[in-house]
Amino acid sequence: MLEILNLLKQYGSLVAVDYLNLKIEKGEMAGLVGPDGAGKTTLMRILSAILPPTSGSARVAGYDIIRDAEKLKEKIGYMPQRFGLYEDLTVLENLNFFSELYQLSKKQKDEKYKEVFNFSQLEPFKDFLAGNLSGGMKQKLALSCVLLHTPEVLLLDEPTRGVDPLSRRDFWRILFEQQKRGITIFISTSYMDEAERCQKVAFLDKGRLIAYGTPKKLKEIMNEFLYEISCDKTREAKSVLEKVDGISGISIFGEKIHFTLREEKLLANIKNKLKDTGVEILNLRRIEPSLEDIFIFLKQDKIEIRNG
Amino acid sequence: MWERIKHIFLKESIQIRRDRRMLMIIFVAPLLQLVLLGYAATMDINRIPTAVLDFSKTQESRELISLFRNSGRFTINHIPESQKELVELLDQGKIWVGIEIENDFVKEMKKGKTVPIQILIDGTNSNTAGVVSGYINQLLFSYNKKISQDKLQKKLAQGLLSGQVQPVKILNLENQARAWYNPELKSRDYNLPGVLALILMITTMMLTSMAIVREKEIGTIEQLMVTPIKTTELILGKVIPFALIGFIDVVLVTSVAVLWFKIPFRGSFFLLFLSVGVYLLTTIGIGLFFSTLSRTQQQSMMLTFFFVMPAIILSGFMFPIANMPRLIQYLSFANPLRYFLVIVRGIFLKGSSFRVLWDQILPLGIIGVIVLILSTARFKKKIG
Repeated sequence: MLEILNLLKQYGSLVAVDYLNLKIEKGEMAGLVGPDGAGKTTLMRILSAILPPTSGSARVAGYDIIRDAEKLKEKIGYMPQRFGLYEDLTVLENLNFFSELYQLSKKQKDEKYKEVFNFSQLEPFKDFLAGNLSGGMKQKLALSCVLLHTPEVLLLDEPTRGVDPLSRRDFWRILFEQQKRGITIFISTSYMDEAERCQKVAFLDKGRLIAYGTPKKLKEIMNEFLYEISCDKTREAKSVLEKVDGISGISIFGEKIHFTLREEKLLANIKNKLKDTGVEILNLRRIEPSLEDIFIFLKQDKIEIRNG
Repeated sequence: MWERIKHIFLKESIQIRRDRRMLMIIFVAPLLQLVLLGYAATMDINRIPTAVLDFSKTQESRELISLFRNSGRFTINHIPESQKELVELLDQGKIWVGIEIENDFVKEMKKGKTVPIQILIDGTNSNTAGVVSGYINQLLFSYNKKISQDKLQKKLAQGLLSGQVQPVKILNLENQARAWYNPELKSRDYNLPGVLALILMITTMMLTSMAIVREKEIGTIEQLMVTPIKTTELILGKVIPFALIGFIDVVLVTSVAVLWFKIPFRGSFFLLFLSVGVYLLTTIGIGLFFSTLSRTQQQSMMLTFFFVMPAIILSGFMFPIANMPRLIQYLSFANPLRYFLVIVRGIFLKGSSFRVLWDQILPLGIIGVIVLILSTARFKKKIG
């Protein structure tokens, strides 16, 4: 459904997408994860055939992004990161406008409106200006507009950014419904909990794909032991840990520190060292890595893993 | 194709209707400009503040002064005592014209000699100074004529009475220039049709370039680009509303010009609309071109501004093109305003027909087609 081959995008000397290869099967939901500036938006725009790549190619819904750009656009639904609808038009006017651009028949329109109002719950707001909707409702409206023409592939660029948790859950519920109907979804996000819900996750860093696979498989990449420590002096503890041989990744999560250890027996040594510096350990335990741990682990070690 | 254009057009119309400030720009601003310029854009000068220093103080000199006063152009509001005072008044800007009549005014005149009278004009504003000096020459010319005719008649009468001279026919050559189309040479009649051309250019060019750049600025263009809409459909749907606004502005401005300012309209409305249509191709085409060059509405507005200013100056709106350096004259051939000014003035004042104006309409159309092709080619359904 979506296949990327040696895709490169350069802006002058800046490499936004670095020889990327990726394949998403039909009906899959794949998440694209990476920090700001990793190249997520650039990649999404290239796949939507509105930004020409420097080199390489990609096929989306069976169409080449360069040669068949216009045919491809009939098969995809793309939600840009910025709200792309008209804030000075009402909900209904926006829906009408986009259904006309996709040239839906009267019958198709009626059916689709029923469907999108059903999942979006926007019908009572249909005469509201889009600009007056809440962030969550806006995103649901935008999603409705890109679903009107029944696309085969959905490309969503951080659709839940800045949206409250409840609306986010609502939004994902709609996405799962769409996926059940066989739509392939490629969604970029900076929320790791969202990435965990995807069948496949792609880690993007500085334009490079550093890992790709199911969340479970990605977690197996980490062949080290992950510990979580909470103590009274987080910062001092961190500087102690940094000097210990055998610790490869340290990161702070609020009051807690996550670190990875090559061998379990080093743990006693670490406890002693912390005590010597006067840090009181409140809790120290081995934990299952989250995707976030994996991402940080991969970034720190600069390991390149091609998977999937 | 037409379905999509129709819906972009509808969308655009709804947006314009909801935008109060936009409505003001479209309909109120042109009328305001027309009224302001209608009253202000006149080169006819009246009530020129004048001072007279009359050393002669004779009947003849008073006759000359009353000629100035009765012309309606000059208001004599200062009677200085000395030349120094006269110059002071001029320095202070209290008067524009100072007239000094010498002591021996009548004596010299009776001898049949040339009598100089000194006239000082404030030349700070060279335009008004030129116009004022023209008025003065006219007045003095008619005064001279009157005096020489009086003399001649006196002589003839004396000769006839004494029987010494046979009556002769006086061959009197007179230059009587009559201004056609605008017999009173009212500069308002000449300027207001030009104002119509300016308003049309500024409004449609700015609206077009800003409306497209606005979609770039707020990000909606990205959502449009991923739909299967064609570039030409998008462009047509977006600019047709502005062309319509242009026509509405023409009706508004023409009505006010004719009904309120009593500007003559001697030509055909159909021809006016036809040529406005051709003219709008150029202004909207240029607006479209500017929109492809800019990322923000400010940029597109500045571009419009940088274009409109020289376009007005090099159009013949204020200064005749024939007086410009050769190179600039060639440059003005690319200026749509140049042709359209000739067309509107022709239609309004002369009632010119298509047969007379086709050589202005044709180049206008050629410019329009060229800019439209250029900007459509530059307009890509791509980001960045």
